[in-house]
This record gives sequence, structure tokens and C-alpha cells, in this order.
Amino acid sequence: MEKRVTFSRWTVGILFAVPQMLLIFTFFYWPAGQAVYWSLTLQQPWGGGNIWVGLDNFRSILASADYWNSITASLAFAAISTGLAMVIALVLAALTDRQLAGSRFYRVVLIWPYGIAAPALALAFRFILAPEAGFMAVVNRAWPGFWDPGLDGADAMASIIAAFSWKYVGYNFIFFLAAFQAIPRSLIEASAMDGAGVVRRFRDIQFPLITPTIFFLLVINITESFQDSFGIVDIMTSGGPANATNLMVYKIYSDGFKGLDYSGAAAQSIILMMLIVVLTIFQFRFIERRVHYR
Amino acid sequence: MASITIRDVRKSYARSQVVHGVDLDIASGEFVVILGPSGCGKSTLLRMIAGLEEISGGEIAIDGTVVNRLEPRERGCAMVFQNYALYPHMSVAQNIGYSLKVAGVASAERTERIRAVARILELEPLLERKPAALSGGQRQRVAMGRAMIREPKVFLFDEPLSNLDAKLRVQMRSEIRKLHRRLNATSVFVTHDQVEAMTLADRLVVMNGGRVEQVGTPGEIYSRPASRFVATFVGAPAMNILEGVVALDGLSLLGGSRRLAISRAGLPVGTEVAAGIRPEAVRLVAPGTRGALDATVDLVEELGAGRVVYVDLDGASFSVVTSETVHPLPGTAVGLQFSQADMHFFSSETGARLDVFKASVPVPAL
Amino acid sequence: MVERTPILNFVTHLVLFIGFMLAVAPFVIVAIAASHNLKEVNDVPMPLLPGGDFWANIKTAWITAGLGPKLLNSFIFAAGVAAGKVIISALTAFSIVYFRYPGRTLIFWLIFITLMLPLEVRIVPTYAVAANVLSPYQAILDVTGLSWLIEKISGVQVSLSLGLLNSYTGLILPLIATATGTFLYRQFFLTVPDELTEAARMDGAGALRFFIDILLPLSRTNMAALGTIMFLWAWNQYLWPLLVTTDPAHATAVTELKQLIPNVGGIPEWNIAMAGTLIVMLPPLVVVVAMQRWFVRGLIATEK
Repeated sequence: MEKRVTFSRWTVGILFAVPQMLLIFTFFYWPAGQAVYWSLTLQQPWGGGNIWVGLDNFRSILASADYWNSITASLAFAAISTGLAMVIALVLAALTDRQLAGSRFYRVVLIWPYGIAAPALALAFRFILAPEAGFMAVVNRAWPGFWDPGLDGADAMASIIAAFSWKYVGYNFIFFLAAFQAIPRSLIEASAMDGAGVVRRFRDIQFPLITPTIFFLLVINITESFQDSFGIVDIMTSGGPANATNLMVYKIYSDGFKGLDYSGAAAQSIILMMLIVVLTIFQFRFIERRVHYR
Repeated sequence: MASITIRDVRKSYARSQVVHGVDLDIASGEFVVILGPSGCGKSTLLRMIAGLEEISGGEIAIDGTVVNRLEPRERGCAMVFQNYALYPHMSVAQNIGYSLKVAGVASAERTERIRAVARILELEPLLERKPAALSGGQRQRVAMGRAMIREPKVFLFDEPLSNLDAKLRVQMRSEIRKLHRRLNATSVFVTHDQVEAMTLADRLVVMNGGRVEQVGTPGEIYSRPASRFVATFVGAPAMNILEGVVALDGLSLLGGSRRLAISRAGLPVGTEVAAGIRPEAVRLVAPGTRGALDATVDLVEELGAGRVVYVDLDGASFSVVTSETVHPLPGTAVGLQFSQADMHFFSSETGARLDVFKASVPVPAL
Repeated sequence: MVERTPILNFVTHLVLFIGFMLAVAPFVIVAIAASHNLKEVNDVPMPLLPGGDFWANIKTAWITAGLGPKLLNSFIFAAGVAAGKVIISALTAFSIVYFRYPGRTLIFWLIFITLMLPLEVRIVPTYAVAANVLSPYQAILDVTGLSWLIEKISGVQVSLSLGLLNSYTGLILPLIATATGTFLYRQFFLTVPDELTEAARMDGAGALRFFIDILLPLSRTNMAALGTIMFLWAWNQYLWPLLVTTDPAHATAVTELKQLIPNVGGIPEWNIAMAGTLIVMLPPLVVVVAMQRWFVRGLIATEK
């Protein structure tokens, strides 16, 4: 889409774009390029020269069991938390959209979780799910040793999934509800006239019509599970126990800033970037074309 | 086919009432058009018949069964929506066949019936297309097909032609009429377009402000409007209204010193009335003609077959439709002549029709 | 619509109520835990009614984590990011919508690509840039031979250096360097009728006047929505402030949460931790509740 009427002094026009161009060059393109450069060299922390090593950094990362463990953990985290957050939000939004008494109230309250900072809710969940106090302690009293995120990797993973999903149910709810409400009322009425009941209408009309939103949220949730999980992991588990929750961004952070392995961290960043770019392109190219109707 | 009985039906929302006690009987196989300005409650009434709107008071019965508490799918009605409401993700065939699919009709029979409907509506080449790839008229036909395929007891139309251009509208109008003759299903059609209403209806229901003003054949509505509202709403250009007071020797017009010599047949002197005369019933004569009202030409609209002449009558606008070969120029004086038989009288107070003036002599102006 | 679905309605109410409970339970638990003393909060099960030590715990958390100045930092940081976004995105969108110049498409795509890669994945090199924000330019001068030239001519050795660590600028600028707001404005500008621009032109307004007098006032609702979203987003940032603010004086409230994690060994001070959590989660919650309309609208508009 283009404007028919524009201003002719285009030198002025470019000036308007300069601040943002400077910002994204300095803080986006330069660092992104830097990451590529570092990933191909052996970088000494804080200067001291660098040696060109080609793809060696990638080779050593991909040969590391720790890294594969981190990928597996990230993908498991992404799959389960995205699935949970989306299914729960979809059900809640569909029911709220029925507009029975009280739906306005739910519409307000169910989005609160998304406003909370990941680390804050992580601390809250750390308490709620703590093995010695809070609520899981009750369960532990009945079955000693049943629950301990500090020792059991699966319990730790379950904890961060619970915290992340809780926040993103709120996020997905906002989008699902907006999508349901964007469906023209007359379509629902037409299908009621066609004899479809509430459940049938949801299956045949509403659900197919919100598939663009579903795919959009799928991609966003997965990408967010890579980034927004950092605060949750850092507060709740610090990547432990035994690296069970050492998700990719957390590993980049600990390798880069704690282990001072800039080249390794850069190579991991590049792989993560490519993963996200592929997801995004997948969304734009493939999904947008298949599920849009207008 | 089914009859519809509407008894004292009301609809109110939290703050306002939009339908005030409507009574209406629709015979089986009848084509009824509900006509009225926007906001008169006609669509609400239709949607209450469909079950899309809860009924606040009164009763609607289809074929003798009260349907107030029945869901849309249980009422046996099909509906054509104003914006067609086609499912954008389904093909034409799927759109048309959807109600059968919901009803669990086997796929072979479904295909057969979709074909049959598509044949009638000339949609066969388009069956695999999505609604986005159709023109306005084609979408309209798909919407009709979707209603037809169920062989419903009642067809409901909610201003289905208003999104079409003028030419298509005329064409679809006659197609709907033909379809009705062929299927002979009870139909209720809502519109604000009086030409559409007159041409389609077996019987016409004129609504205003949530009430029924008049029910009758298009001919009755035109020739004997029951109220001032109906008189001015139906017919184009609209009926001329002359406000006046009943005097001993006729009707004194307000806003001037003129008087119409008409028989007042029993109306008390001093009653305020609105006298209506259709533009088609007025003849233009030379100014000063005996018994004619003198007026000044304001504006002439050329229609090809005839002309609409707007004249100024003591500051009020008055229109005349003439097919004669007179071409009055703006600013010239003309005389207006009409007979009392063509006049309609309404109470100034209530707007109701007054049927007391009976005479068939030309009206002389005094 | 006439619909008799009592069972489904019951299920709907039931499920929504469970959803509501799950959504508010953590808030309630945090608030209750924050109101008990050390012994009560570690009871199994924790008492479900509020205790009497709420204000004492809030006070302890406030002092232990130094939340007063941290909240102020958070506020300046979040407001800075929101304001910067609102202004800079508007400028850029105006440029790419209302002008035709060579390279306009390139600029469009350069901005578009930034949508794809969040700060978290390029965190290490971005940190290096923040350590010396002029390093990219130094590198350009070095590589192009310009620094050599300047040194030859003037005898001055070029060494650009400006560190942004432990500064508001360093906190704020990298978070503004994304495309989120630009596309929101772009979508909106494209819907502004051309007749308005023509009328403004007839009235003698140039580009700048049109931008300030007509476009920005028309964009008010979009600005409010974008500002709300960006404020929340920035307030809730964790990794970047954690890296950039090595000096506790510049830390934000969210990064300070780490100080509140109870130590291993000894009885964990969950009551204090939860009091701190409550303080930190309250401001964004207030914004969400008060600005719900803008929040929802902004979220949907910025992501599309």
C-alpha cells in the first residue's frame, strides 16, 4: 500500500528516519554482524586480538553433549508450554466469547498474568512450588520425596513450564478473544439458521476462522519461550539441576558472561537466530498464504 | 409451507423499546414484505421470527406451534442476510450444503441437492470457488441457494438486495419473485425500498416507530393509505400534504388565504386536517383557470417519459407528475387542478385517515 | 439468540471460574504469604488466611532490596523506553509513508528485519557495543583507513570511546532499536485520508507542520496504546538491565528480585521474598488494570 499524496522535499524525509537508522545500526546490525564475526573467530575476552577459525566454533558446539542437551530442553520447554498456554487460552477465550453473564469480568481478569514480569512471577512460583514450604510441601508430606525441583530435573522443568504457561495464557487469551470477536456476528447467526448448535458452530465456523491467529500465536509463543524464559530460569532453577533447565538463551548468557567464551556464545547466538528466522519466514511465507481467506 | 401468527410481539432492550406490540397473520405460501424507514423495528421483528433475537413479550407461532422458546434450527426457517454472511473459508458448494451437513444428510444426496439448487440459480460453474472470488450478484445467489436447499417452511429476507447496484437489484428482484412462484414457500422480506416492496409483495406491512401502520396489498396501501405516515412514505415523489382547517364552506389552507371548496360531510367546523394529494393526480392548467390553485414553478425534473414539476404554494413545496408535453419554466405561474376523489384526509392530531369527505366533483378553489 | 443450553452454560461458567481461580491464585498466595511471619509462612500447609505482619514484611523487603531507588530507576527506564519508542517510531513511519526517496524500500526492510531478532539472542555483542557505544564507528574509521588519514594529517590519534554501562542511556537506547512501533504507526498513517494531506498543503503547511499539527494529534490513541505496551515491556525487562547495571545504584526493581531469593540453609524468608515480589509486580498490574483498553489495543496492533 502506498500513499497517493506525498511531500516533495525528500531530503527532509530522510532526516526523519535518521534517528532510528542510527539506533538500529548501532544496537542491532553492528552487534548482529559482530556475532557472526565472533562466531568465526577465536575471540579473547576484552580485546587481545582474534584468530580466524572458520566453522570450528560451530563444530565444537555441535559436538558438545551439553549443547544438545540445551537444545532438547529448549524444544521440550517450547512444545509443552506453548501447547498448554494455547489450549487453555483457546478454551477460555471461546467460552468468554459466548458472552454469558460475567464474561466482561473474565475478560478483564484473565489478562492480568501477562502484565507481570517473568522474574517476579518466577519468584512467586518458586515459593508456591517449593518442596519444603508453600503448597507442594503438603504433597511431599503425604508422599515424601515426591516433588523436589532442586534435585529432580523433570520437576524443575515442570516448574518453569508452569510459570511460563501461566503468563502466556493471559497473552494468548487477549489475541484469541480479539479474533473471536472479529468474526462477523451474521456468520454465527447464519450457521445457527443452518441448524448448527454451539459446539458445532465452534468446530465448523469459529475454529477455522481463527486459524490465522492460532498459527500466529504458535510462532510468537515459541519465540517467546526462547527469550522470555530467561528470567524464569534464572530465578527459579539457574539452569539446574544438572543442566536439566539450561535453555538456549540461558546457556548463551552463562557461557558468554560467566564462562567468558565469547566465540562459543556467539556461535550459539547465530544458531538461535537462524532458528527464529526460519520460524518467522515459515510464518510469513507458508502459513499466511494457507490460512487467510480474504 | 407454513403460516405465521404474530400476537402482540414486543422487543425491548435495557433502555428502550423498539417493537411495540405487533400483530400479524401471514398465510401459508404468502409473500409478505415489511417496509419501513431504518430503525422502525422491521429487522428486529424478522430476527425474532428467525429466533436470532429473544422475544420480550407476546407470541410468535409457526404453523400453530408457538416458537418463542425454540432455537433457530428448530423453527424450520431459512434466512438470506443483508451482507450475505457467506463462510469465507468454504467453497460455494460447501456454503450451500452446510445446513444439510449439519443435519447429517449423506454426502451423495447432499451433492445431488447442491447440484439441483445450483442449476436453478445458475451457479453450477462456480461451485468450487470461494466467496471472495465471486461478484456481488453471485454472492447474493449463493446466499439464496443456502436458504433454498433446506426446503424450509419459511424464507426470511433481511434487506438482501441493498448491497447490489441498481441494475442487479432489479434483476434479482424478478428472480426472487419467480423463485417464490416456483417454490411457493411462505416468505417474509424486509426492506426500506418502497419500489422493491411494491413489486415483490403479495401483502405489504408498513412499519414505523416499532408499530405496524398498515397491512394490505400494494394496491390498497397506495390507494387507501391508513395514515399520514404511510401516505407520505409510499409513493415517489411523496404525496403532497396541505394543512388546513375545516370551514363552513370547505377547507381553509394554512399559510395563506386560500380555501378548497369540498364537502365536509360531517366533520365539525374547526377540525384541523392534513389533506393529501398524490403528484400523479394533479393536472397542470393555465394560471387563473377557474377552480384551480395558482402557484409558481420552482424546479422541473426531467424523467424522460414525463416530468416532475415542483411548485411553490404559499411557501410550501408541492410536486406534480405530468406526462403531458407541457414544459413549464421555473418562475412561471401555473394552475393546479385535482378532484376530491383523489384526495386523502388525515387527522392533524393523530395522523389517522379520516373517511368522511365523499364527493367526486372537481375541487374548486375559492 | 434463542438458545437453550443449560448444561453447556453450566460447564462454561464452571471452566471460566476455574480459569479465573488459576489466574488470580498466585497473586492471592503471594499477598497472603507476604502477611505472615517467618514461622507461619514455612508452616505446612501455609495458613490460608492473611496474617498480621504484612506491613512489617513490606518494610523489610523494601529496605533489604533497597526497592525505593530501584523502583525509581525502573520508572525512569520504562518511561524513557516508552517515550523514545513513541517519538522515534513516529518520525520513521512518517518518513517511509509520506516521502518518496531512493532507498526508501531498503530502509523499510532494514527496520522490518529487526522485528525478527530479539535482544536476548544477540545479547553478548550488544553488551560489547554498550561498553563502548562508539566502537562501531571506530571500527569503520579503522577499516576504511580514515583514522590513519586523520592521524597523518592532524597528528591526533583517533580513539572514540563512550561507555554506556551503568547509565540510563545504556539501559534505554538498545531497547528502542527495534521496529515494533514503526509498523503500528505505518498502518495507521496509511489509513489517514489523502484529502487531509492535500487540505494541509492548500493551507500552506509543509511536511513538518503537517506532521506536528495534523498527523500527531490524529495518532493520539495509537501513541497511548504504544506507550502503554512499551512501558510494561520495558518495566518487565530482566536480562538487559541485569547485564548493563553492574553498579547496584543503577539496578532496576525487577533485577533486584534476585537479592530476595532465600538463601539455601537456614529457614527461608519466603514472607520477605513474597512481600518484595508483590511490590515489584504491583506497578505493571496497576498499569494493566488502569490502561486495559490501550494495553489490549496496543498489544494486538503492535504484533500484527
